[in-house]
Amino acid sequence: MSQTQSRKTARPLAAIMFRLPLMIDCATFETFIVDYFEGTLTKRQRFVFELHLRVCRECREYLSEYKATMALTKDQFEIPFSQMGMGDVPEDLIKAVIAARSGKHSG
Amino acid sequence: MTKDDASRPSTELRMTEEESAQFVREHSDWMLAVAFRILRDQALAEDAVQIAFTKIWAKLDSFEGRSAMRTWMHRIATNEALMALRKIKRQNEHPIDELLPVFDGSGCRVEFDATEVATPEALLSRRETNDQIRRAIMSLPEKYRIVLCLRDIEGLSTSETSTALDLSEANVKVRLHRARAALKKLLEPHVKEHKL
Repeated sequence: MSQTQSRKTARPLAAIMFRLPLMIDCATFETFIVDYFEGTLTKRQRFVFELHLRVCRECREYLSEYKATMALTKDQFEIPFSQMGMGDVPEDLIKAVIAARSGKHSG
Repeated sequence: MTKDDASRPSTELRMTEEESAQFVREHSDWMLAVAFRILRDQALAEDAVQIAFTKIWAKLDSFEGRSAMRTWMHRIATNEALMALRKIKRQNEHPIDELLPVFDGSGCRVEFDATEVATPEALLSRRETNDQIRRAIMSLPEKYRIVLCLRDIEGLSTSETSTALDLSEANVKVRLHRARAALKKLLEPHVKEHKL
């Protein structure tokens, strides 16, 4: 995926704000994400996580895309082999499995 | 496709040959998909499915949890694929460091603007999107891909994934997060489209 990228300017105000009591910076927020979705954050961790989310547009955007990625990944479960662009399940495999059920040797 | 199939008739306890054939045709498609997602190799995936069915046949007649049959079969297919995976020599893989989030010295997230965004004309069909997502997942280094696969596609819990891969739960979580973050970057145009 070729994309030309440019670095955004630093966020001095955010950096100051994230040092206030009950605030966490984006790097700490990042470390809470998996546990947030697993529901295993402590009450306090969840509070500071959600507080950060309210004040940080970048992390809101990031989390939203992270959730979308999880959803798109989960959708893969619904796709059988025959829809993966490699043809149907080979008939040889089906016959071998059926033969094994019938007590025959499939070779 | 649901994981459980509560509607399966109890007559399956003693299947005729014809019913067995129907059963195989019904389940081999999704089971081969499970094995292929884990192994990335069709021949190996077919072998894993064949072995999985041998185990299913051995216990099918005495299987009592009808409603949980699909889950049970899914677990067997997953385990067989994982067993096969342990025997494969890992191929050359690209590190994912460049795909992970970046923070500045103050711990603030540094976002990169994508100057090329998907235009409506460039938007793909659902089928093409799914193909791209699968290819992106397949391109991840194995240690990340396999955790993502078990947790986010096959639906295992962190604890189950930890046991299946013989990793600590903390390690599973770290790998899962990195895999999701890298995949998000790889799928940027799609996730912007599907943003929740």
